Amino acid sequence: MKKTHLTLTVNGQTYTLPTLPGETLADLLRKRLRLTGTKIGCNEAECGACTVIMEGEPVLSCSTPAERADGKTIVTIEGLAQQGALHPLQEAFVKHGAVQCGFCIPGQIMTAYGLLSRNLNPTSAEIRHALKDTICRCAGYPTIEQAILAAAKAIRTGQPVEEPEIPASVRGGRFIGQIHVRPDGIEKVTGKAIYTDDLYFENMLYAAVKRAGVPHAFVRHIDVSKARQMPGVAAVLTAAEVPGQNIHGLVTLDWPVMVGVGERVRYVGDAIAIVAAETQEIAKAALDLIEVEFDPQPVICTAIQARQEGVPQLHPKGNLLKHIKVRKGDPQIGFGEADVVLEHTFHTPPHDHLFIEPECSIAVPEGERMLIYVGSQIPYQDRSQVARALGWEESRVRVIGQLMGGGFGGKEDIAGQIHAALLANATGRPVKLLFDRHESLLVHPKRHATQITVKIGAKQDGTLTAIQTELYGDTGAYASLGEKVLTRATTHSAGPYLVPHVHADCYAMYTNNPPAGAFRGFGVLQSAFAIESAMDMLAERLGLDPIELRRKNALRPNTETSTGQVLRESVGLVECIDRVTEAMCQVSRLPRQALFQARPVAGAEHLVRAWGFAVGFKNTGLGGGADDCAGAEVELYENGSFEVRSSSAELGQGLVTVMRLVVAEELCLPPEQVKVLVMDTDLTPNGGPTTASRQTYVTGNASRLAARTLREAIIATLAERYDQAPETIRFENGQVHVNGHVLTMQQVYQEMKAAGKEPRVLYDYHAPATAPLGMPGDMHVAFSFAAQAAEVEVNTLTGEVRVLRVIAANDVGHAINPLGLRGQIEGGVVMGVGHALLENFITENGYVVTDRMARYRVPSIVHTPEIIPIVVEDPVSTGPYGAKGVGEIVLIPTPPAITNAIYHAVGVRFDRLPVDQEQLLWEITKRQA
Amino acid sequence: MTLWKEYLHPQSVQQAVEALAFSPAPAIPIAGGTDLMLDLQQGHHPPVHTLVDLTGIPELQALEIRNERLFIGAGVPHHRIVESSLVRQHAASLVESCGLIGGPQVRNAATLGGNVAHALPAADGTIGLLALNAEAEIASLAGRRLLPLHELFAGPGKSTLAHDEIIVGFYIPLRKPGQGSAFCRVMRAQGIALPILNLAVWLERQDEIIRAARIAVGPAGPTPFRALQTSAYLTGKPFCEETILGAQQALLAEAQFRTSPARATAEYRRKLVVVLLKTALLSAWHRASEQ
Ligand SMILES: Cc1cc2nc3c(=O)[nH]c(=O)nc-3n(C[C@H](O)[C@H](O)[C@H](O)COP(=O)(O)OP(=O)(O)OC[C@H]3O[C@@H](n4cnc5c(N)ncnc54)[C@H](O)[C@@H]3O)c2cc1C
Ligand code: FES
Ligand code: FES
Repeated sequence: MKKTHLTLTVNGQTYTLPTLPGETLADLLRKRLRLTGTKIGCNEAECGACTVIMEGEPVLSCSTPAERADGKTIVTIEGLAQQGALHPLQEAFVKHGAVQCGFCIPGQIMTAYGLLSRNLNPTSAEIRHALKDTICRCAGYPTIEQAILAAAKAIRTGQPVEEPEIPASVRGGRFIGQIHVRPDGIEKVTGKAIYTDDLYFENMLYAAVKRAGVPHAFVRHIDVSKARQMPGVAAVLTAAEVPGQNIHGLVTLDWPVMVGVGERVRYVGDAIAIVAAETQEIAKAALDLIEVEFDPQPVICTAIQARQEGVPQLHPKGNLLKHIKVRKGDPQIGFGEADVVLEHTFHTPPHDHLFIEPECSIAVPEGERMLIYVGSQIPYQDRSQVARALGWEESRVRVIGQLMGGGFGGKEDIAGQIHAALLANATGRPVKLLFDRHESLLVHPKRHATQITVKIGAKQDGTLTAIQTELYGDTGAYASLGEKVLTRATTHSAGPYLVPHVHADCYAMYTNNPPAGAFRGFGVLQSAFAIESAMDMLAERLGLDPIELRRKNALRPNTETSTGQVLRESVGLVECIDRVTEAMCQVSRLPRQALFQARPVAGAEHLVRAWGFAVGFKNTGLGGGADDCAGAEVELYENGSFEVRSSSAELGQGLVTVMRLVVAEELCLPPEQVKVLVMDTDLTPNGGPTTASRQTYVTGNASRLAARTLREAIIATLAERYDQAPETIRFENGQVHVNGHVLTMQQVYQEMKAAGKEPRVLYDYHAPATAPLGMPGDMHVAFSFAAQAAEVEVNTLTGEVRVLRVIAANDVGHAINPLGLRGQIEGGVVMGVGHALLENFITENGYVVTDRMARYRVPSIVHTPEIIPIVVEDPVSTGPYGAKGVGEIVLIPTPPAITNAIYHAVGVRFDRLPVDQEQLLWEITKRQA
Repeated sequence: MTLWKEYLHPQSVQQAVEALAFSPAPAIPIAGGTDLMLDLQQGHHPPVHTLVDLTGIPELQALEIRNERLFIGAGVPHHRIVESSLVRQHAASLVESCGLIGGPQVRNAATLGGNVAHALPAADGTIGLLALNAEAEIASLAGRRLLPLHELFAGPGKSTLAHDEIIVGFYIPLRKPGQGSAFCRVMRAQGIALPILNLAVWLERQDEIIRAARIAVGPAGPTPFRALQTSAYLTGKPFCEETILGAQQALLAEAQFRTSPARATAEYRRKLVVVLLKTALLSAWHRASEQ
């Protein structure tokens, strides 16, 4: 009955291995066979990333004991391609742009493979049924569905996989604006793509972190002696052993690397001690031997409470991180002029990014230096933060950025980078620190919970006269990017409207909750929920059409924002509004005036449908007076290929495609001739943080200008060499035409070398200067705009809500990468659906309730509505080819569009996210009574 | 500290119960592992010494008609139940309930035996099975015995099985003309994938009269709940709006609903149970009418 060995066949190869106690199939595949294409997203049977095929059926390898595979045949993602030819599923996923960060993709493809091996002609419904529990947080679910349909057809017909039906940019472009696949797509569908946890170093140790586990306390005593003596433990460190400064933080240095004796614990995830051991199990077991005594303190659990008199002050400066103010005109005057004044308070909860790849850092000592392998949104900041804790010069630290399995803002702060580096420094050995999902949920910064009060004054005809807002933002235990996030929330809190009088006050407060920081939407998601709900309430009060009310007040060229910025160009809001309105009538075959009426479903009258509408805007770039810069370097190699480099981060959003296309465009090269290198502090110039929807704009501009400068250098060299006027020299199709000669890029390289010129250009791009909030001048270089309509169906017997359709129009300036844009739109809308209906990061008195993926539910393909994307291209002259940011605007209008639709369906206004089906039912019942 | 030290692969029921009885303790059975592995990994279940894998035992994989009853081995995974024409024919409520568990990956591994043995008051497979008047076959060193399904449950997450007993399978009466069953549930959008409420109905009709009925509801008490009074109420009544209304009242009178924090209040469950009962009654009645 007991087996000493197990024999299994994986991807056609048979292995006989000794059995190991406690081993899962995922561990066997990843660790013993080094088949790292199979991913671990949760280790709790929730995400599907670890799906492999066993005996023809998809199973979750994370919860399958390895021994169960004895005698069985397994197929993993690495086994799908035959003799180098991609499986149609792999091909279709790349072609259709279903691959974003790529981390979930092996699971998606294997689950789909399981489906197609039983059913080669699946319907959309069957695909949704099969993929129900295979989560993609980048959430290109509609594209995934299309890719599976296309693959099935290709297998059935023996024809090549069909191209996706995605329109090119209307603004043209040789390569930009056209459909191009990601440079890293093939690696990501074959399982060859390497993420941090896939790396293995000889002699590597595994780290674990002793977390405080209490939300507020002073540390009275720490005893690590037993843990140090445990066999297999290589090092145990506490705050006392931090060689440099025991502090980190992105803007404000307020976050201890570890909390030492006598110091204050501010949230459950604070680190007390760190352990490195020969195995992960030993490291975790050693944590239990560390004894810590706390002196518990009263817990501050809301931003409101944090501002009350007499409560404990969590930081030396107090609990107020910042009071942020917007002042334009005098709202009292405006309210005096108003016919109607409406005031309402809204609440939004914290959200977790739930990137499918949990945080992982590996620190590797190399001579006098420390190498950090990590998927990080800000590699250069990681470098300085690690160096500070080590007490080293920054140049001794090299951050080698790895592919990221999603970030969404949640990989901007330090996770394990410093701890891994400290342990590697102490032991002289490589150290891997991998968070499990539980730790990830406890530790990393979330979206800010807010309370937002909106007061609007308007004339009878709908003209807005004044808006006053008051925001409370819970930044949790540490500042992270709290000040910046809540500044965006505040400056956007009066919506994309022309309002003569605006006052906004935001209190960014410290509490004992997990820190809050950057998250896609960056504060604007919260304030858009408040203002866009309030606008619908106002429309009803005034008896106006909600679209008309918005259209009337919409920002247009030569209008002034709440912060006093006059928008000169690229304000596509009205076009977004009009096109969504038109599409709504078209897809629902309803006249304009019937759109917002409740429509019971014929034959099932308890199901009631209606549309809802909302708009939004979001700054592109850092703005607010920051020097928003990015460096990019373009180099021509001897073999005629080019490389473009920047430390900017690729987290799945498609920056690498943008960089490649921009360089190809400038140099008239087939895009495949351009390699992209990102995220290495030794090899790539500083691209700054990947945040604020800024990278297409800044790194796009830097790449474009680097390429253009290189092109000019080449022209100058050839003009001289061939004695031709520079204007006569043409770049075409990867070659250069000079006076009848056609030079390949290899030849160009030789010419440059012969002329003593380096075929390489580094360009440091600085965005146009901006002004800080409250100072005269433009606060931002550009804004993206959006309008969305959502159609919901409410079950009036149970309170359940489904989102059926979302029409999303986004003004992105110029759609440089339409395939990537499609993924961003789908992913944004689905995340917005999640925020409206599913996601709620719950803490109770500082303790995290939603500490497993099973408790923090994110949308799956079954929650995905039909998404109808509309791309509006109102260019901004300073953007690359007119482009501005897209990453965040895509989800900002979704939650209020949904709650507005619910109101239209059943008359219930949700002023608190997420929508609670039980509460909805009670409200419906009340109205029926 | 590994989650288990020894993993055993019995090939027969006898070997399995011996392994449970005589291996270094604690020794527990594992089927699909979709509950157990998580409980071990997340520390809800302390690490064990021995895992006894039941999936290699042919008897637990059987799905067939035996002695005029449908036998479903405890080790049959949900996907086989859902796809089996036998189960479709005789146990529609079970097809519906097992079909809603997890995604295909979970249904390929998770078993009906595990769903029942885990003993949660609102396990879907269990509720679907309970309305069908199923019996469980239990094996131990002492031999085999048959037990009405509801006698397997001792409390939330607690079965009446001894540590060295296993469920071999379930016997379900074959469906006769005029009989039908149905299952439905309501989930909450947020949080864990267990239903707020689920409910199964089995009934037999004669012309327009309900000759017999059985109703199971979860969670409505510490163990999967059989609504005996409601079933009795329905017996002999004509199938009409008034009867459904009466049944809803009867069910509200006998079922004890609880409030679970951050999931559902007792009052919400009371609202839902009325809706689910009607839906399931209509569907089961409809099925009882087809041949
Ligand atoms: C993502 C996900 C979604 C899920 N969704 C649902 C859902 O919607 N509804 C639902 O009801 N459940 C759900 N579950 C729970 C679970 O899948 C089921 O309860 C499953 O049927 C358990 O079966 P198993 O074979 O995996 O049990 P295991 O995990 O192997 O065992 C469970 C328990 O039963 C014991 N056991 C198993 N077989 C026997 C036997 N033959 N005799 C005696 N004891 C035995 C084990 O010792 C263990 O204590 C979900 C689980 C996951 C991971
Ligand atoms: S389901 Fe296995 S890793 Fe998430
Ligand atoms: S591509 Fe699916 S999680 Fe990123």
